[in-house]
Formats: sequence, structure tokens, C-alpha cells
Amino acid sequence: MPLIALAGNPNVGKSTLFNALTGMNQHTGNWPGKTVELAQGHCRYKGAEYQIVDLPGAYSLVSRSPEETVAEEFLIDGTADCTIAVCDATCLERSLILALQVMELTERVVVCVNLMDEAERAGIRVDGAALERQLGVPVVAACALQENGTDALMERVREVCDGFLPLQPHRCGCGIRGKNDEASDAIAARFVLRAQELAAQCVRREESGQTPLTERLDRVLLHRFSGYGVMLLLLLGVFWLTIEGANYPSIGLQWCFDRLGDLLRSGAVSLGLPVPLTGALLDGVYATAARVVAVMLPPMAIFFPLFTLLEDFGYLPRVAFLMDHRFRRAGACGKQSLTLCMGLGCNAAGVTGCRIIDSRRERLIAVLTNAFVPCNGRFPALIFLISLSFSHGSALLGAGVLTLCLLLSVGMTLAASKLLSRTALRGEPSSFVLEMPPYRRPRIGQVLVRSVRDRTLFVLGRAVAVAAPAGLVIWLLANLAPRGTPLLQSAAAFLDAPGSVLGMNGAILLAFILGSPANELVLPVLMMILTSGSLFAAESTAAMSRILLTAGWTWRESLCTIVFFLFHWPCTTTLLTAYRETKSKKWTLLAAVLPTAFGCVLCAAVNLILHLFP
Amino acid sequence: METTMDLLREGDCARILSLRLRGAMRRRLLDFGMIEGTCVRCLRISPSGDPVIYRVRGTMLALRRQDSSRIAVEVEPCR
Repeated sequence: MPLIALAGNPNVGKSTLFNALTGMNQHTGNWPGKTVELAQGHCRYKGAEYQIVDLPGAYSLVSRSPEETVAEEFLIDGTADCTIAVCDATCLERSLILALQVMELTERVVVCVNLMDEAERAGIRVDGAALERQLGVPVVAACALQENGTDALMERVREVCDGFLPLQPHRCGCGIRGKNDEASDAIAARFVLRAQELAAQCVRREESGQTPLTERLDRVLLHRFSGYGVMLLLLLGVFWLTIEGANYPSIGLQWCFDRLGDLLRSGAVSLGLPVPLTGALLDGVYATAARVVAVMLPPMAIFFPLFTLLEDFGYLPRVAFLMDHRFRRAGACGKQSLTLCMGLGCNAAGVTGCRIIDSRRERLIAVLTNAFVPCNGRFPALIFLISLSFSHGSALLGAGVLTLCLLLSVGMTLAASKLLSRTALRGEPSSFVLEMPPYRRPRIGQVLVRSVRDRTLFVLGRAVAVAAPAGLVIWLLANLAPRGTPLLQSAAAFLDAPGSVLGMNGAILLAFILGSPANELVLPVLMMILTSGSLFAAESTAAMSRILLTAGWTWRESLCTIVFFLFHWPCTTTLLTAYRETKSKKWTLLAAVLPTAFGCVLCAAVNLILHLFP
Repeated sequence: METTMDLLREGDCARILSLRLRGAMRRRLLDFGMIEGTCVRCLRISPSGDPVIYRVRGTMLALRRQDSSRIAVEVEPCR
């Protein structure tokens, strides 16, 4: 099967093109000898199957990071039968630099000028025919978002793969790097000048006299005063929509689970199943999985797409721009704001995202502090505790308190980063370039489909794979009583002393420990401990509040639990990812110890203050 | 007028004279097409004064002052 590689700068719509070509037939996989996982998929065109690999987005093939090495190796090895060099029509000059480097390494190249529609709106005309004459390889104009031009692209790719197209790439033959730094610089400059020349010949700009939309928006979004205000308002808005919106599916899901639970119970009774088995399956497995889905899933399913929309819009690099000076003072990289934002979705994804930071020292700081921001799995629990003790059902107030929590998280991230760059990871902040992409209309449909498909199914999968077995284990712990006391109660009693120092109790601490595989488990596990696994309670937030209030829960415990939710050891998935990224047990251990230490100190301090000033 | 890139004001245009940077950062800037003779425009200074967004070859790049202060430029009227 012919293998096609996609190469291009970040943000040129390479992934969109990949999705347009492969549809739903894609997955990520390792390649032999390559260190990084690559997205790959299949495409059928004129009866033939093509395998398509999405190379990591890079500004240059002269590699520095493992991700960029993959792209270079792929092209030098001749692994690919054809390489599509994806260019951005709105800044053709810049993206041609990489395309020229690609042509230097392989002659089987098709240049795809993407984002033609966006360029047209900006008054930019690209003469594809002229570019094709100048480059000596096929050039196809496309607009991957509307799937315009993908057939024309595949036609040229097919011709290249079949070998019938005479390819005479106009290249300098100098390779992409020289014997020493000066020679490499000279080669780099040759590509830049060539790209400039090509753009001058093939690109026409019609000046509309109007300031581009991106610059007009930046005037407000990056303004001295309104910039930070808008940032906070956007955050508040996202939280408000999450809290307000999650109510309705939550109620619906709860109703469904109640009915299903009743059915299962009567089914079990009529089948005459033994009581311990019914208990283990219904009160253990079913109840835990149902709580994860009914209470935890709705906020996650709303927060994630909302956040992805902001990302798609191009706002996140602006956050990094506005926040950079804080990170510089903490001795960290400004791009850490981006990995921090990714951590809001999922800390494991945030840790992987730290690859965008070039300096090893600053990358480690970002990896070690990523769990300081609450992930999607922790938001529902935070929202629940806030509405239980502080906001009393007002979604707006709840969103406000949640925003304060996030500000505390960011503050602690900065404090921890500063601590690290003064101690274990000493050093000066290094250089970096941050590209500000133009604002783009978010692809709402695509974002929704992807969030539902990737996130919701992922959480549902975890509910079955992690929550269900955890439910069984906890039910067993709650019902096995070797010395008269159930194991769960003895463990909770054992943890009561450290728990009360931290302003919580043994049951909460035990829930955090048992919830280590996934943060969305902590609250359902706590319910199980408090009800001793015997009560088949309804899965709603109202029922959960009742359980907590019956157990004598106060706002002080809520406060300390919220703080501990923000700062404790990351889930096992995140820790495994941290190990994969750092390849070091020492740093992985520190990634767990650092947030835990912060959480313990903060909780103990809050508890002490609450005791001194009752 | 010869100066360094960090001293440009919002709206100023300039041409790069030389990069007084070494190693990875020099390479990074070359990847973005910032070579001698490249025209840049200072678009927006961050509320805290650092970093600053420049328009370079049709894209917008944010640089910290510690780096842009090592790029010598000649101020030019904008085209």
C-alpha cells in the first residue's frame, strides 16, 4: 500500500487535511525505530488504498527535538512514497521555507496550498500554476475544511505514487544543513530568500485599507486593561455554562440509572441470586460506575468542547502572551501557560504537551507542575463541593468560586515553578518564540463530534474499565470484616489522624487514595465509604449531598477537600505519562510529591487558621 | 536609524541588520525566516511590557525582550 506523509508548519490546517483525507479511519501508532507516536489513517482513492501518516508539525526539518527528528528521518529514509508539503496560503512565504526543505530531502513531493478561502477573504491571491512552474513539483490549491481540492490533491498524489509524473524539483542540492553552524546558517538563509522570491512571484495582495480582523480583535483581547478582564470573563463564562448546563443531562441520566437499577435489582431477586453477589454487583460495581457517569460525565462533556472551541479560535497563545512575564519571573517558559491550559482538559495530555517547550529544564518544570491545575476529571467534584457548601445552587456564584480556585491553582503553579528553578532545576529563563495564529472561526461541528467521540467515550470507557472494578474492590473492603470491623472502616479510622490534621477526615483521605487511578472516582468512592457500601443510594447530586450532610459534613471540610482536590498526587495515567516523558523515576516521584506537599501544607494551614479563628 | 528590535514602538517598521544570538535561538529565528534584510513591524507590546508581538513575513511572533534586544535593526518607514 503506498505510504503518504503529511509535512507542514504547525497551524496550517495539516490535521484538518489529515481528517479530510482519512475520515474516521485513523489511530495513532508507533513506528519502528521512531520515538514519537504518529497519527495514521487510510484513504481510498480510485479503488486504491493509501496509508497516510501525519508528521509532527515543525517550523524546520533541521531537527532539534525528537519530534522533528521523526519528520527528517521519514523523508531521508524514503519511507514515504509521496510527501504532501502543506502550506498556508495566508502566509505562503513562511510555509514555503519548510516545503523547500522537504523538496531537498525527497523528490516525490506534492505541495498543497491550504486555507485558500481564508487567504481570499484577506485579499491574498496565490497563483498555483506559476508556483508549480517555479517549484517543479505538482501544486494543488485546497481548502481542507470544506474538503475542497482534496480530490485534486489525491489525483496528483496518485500520479506521483504510480511514478508516471516526471518530477524535476528545482532544488539547490545543498542539503538542509552544513558542515558547521555558519554553513548551516548560510543554507537556511538560502531557503528563506528563495521562499521570499517565490512568494513575490506567485502571491498578489489586494490592500483593502482595512485593518485585519485579528489585529482589531487583539486590540481588545490583548489590551493593557481589558486583556486580563476578558481572560477572566471567558474563564468565568466557560465555568458558568459548564455548571448551568450540566444540571439537565445529570437529572436525565440519574432518572435512567434509577430505573435501570430498579430493574436490575428486581431481576436479581426474581433470579434468586445470592445476596452477597447482588450486593457486589449492584451496590459495588453498578453504583460506582453509575455515579461516575451520572455526576461526573455531564460537566466533563460540556467543559471539554467549550475549551476546545477557545483553542480552535486561537485564544490560548494569547493567554501565554498575557501571562508570560509571570512565568519569566518564575524562571519558566511562557509556553507553560499553554501546557497548563491543556492540563485543564487532562493532565496526562498536558504533560505530553510539554514537548512544545525546547529547554529541558523548563520542560521538566512544566511536567512537574502540570497537576497543579485541576483537570476535567476534578472539575465535577469541585463544582459539587462548591455548590454544596458555598454557592447554594447559584451557577454564577459557583462559577466565581471555581474561577478563584483556578487562580489559586495558577498562583501555586508559579510558586512551585519558582521553587523548582531556585532548587532542583536551577537556571535562567531561556529564549523562545511564540507564534500568534490568526483568529479563526471555530469548527463547532467538528469540535462537538470530536469531543463526544474522544472524550465522552473515553470517560465512559474509563467508567467501565476503572470505576467498575474499583467499585467491586471497595464493596469487598466495605463488607469483609475479618475482626468484626469492615476493612474500609478500619482503614478510614487509621487515616483519621492525618486526615484531621489536614482539616478532612480518614474517609476523605481514603477516598483520595482509592481514587488514584482516576480523579473522577474520588467522590463516588467517598459515597461508598460513607454509606459502607450497603445503601443503594440514588446517583444524583442531591442524594450525594444528603449522604455528606448526614455524615456531619461542614463547610470547613468542603474547603479543605477542595484545596486537597486542587493539590494532591496526579492520577496514575498522568504519572505514567510523566515517566514516559522524563524517563526518570526520580522526576516522576517528584511529580507526585510536589503537589501533595503543597496540598498538605495548604490544608494544614487552612485547618489551623479555622481552628484559631473559629 | 540603527537600534535594537526591543526598542521599537508599536507601529514601527524596521529591517534586520544582524542577529547577535547563538545556538538554538538563532536557528529558531532563521526557521521563522528572520535573516538579515528581513522587514519586521512591531505590532503590540504586552500589558506588562514584555514580550512583544512582531509581524514577520506575514505571521505574528512574540519575542521576549532578552532576545529581541540582541537583534540589530534599522528603523524604516512602513510600506
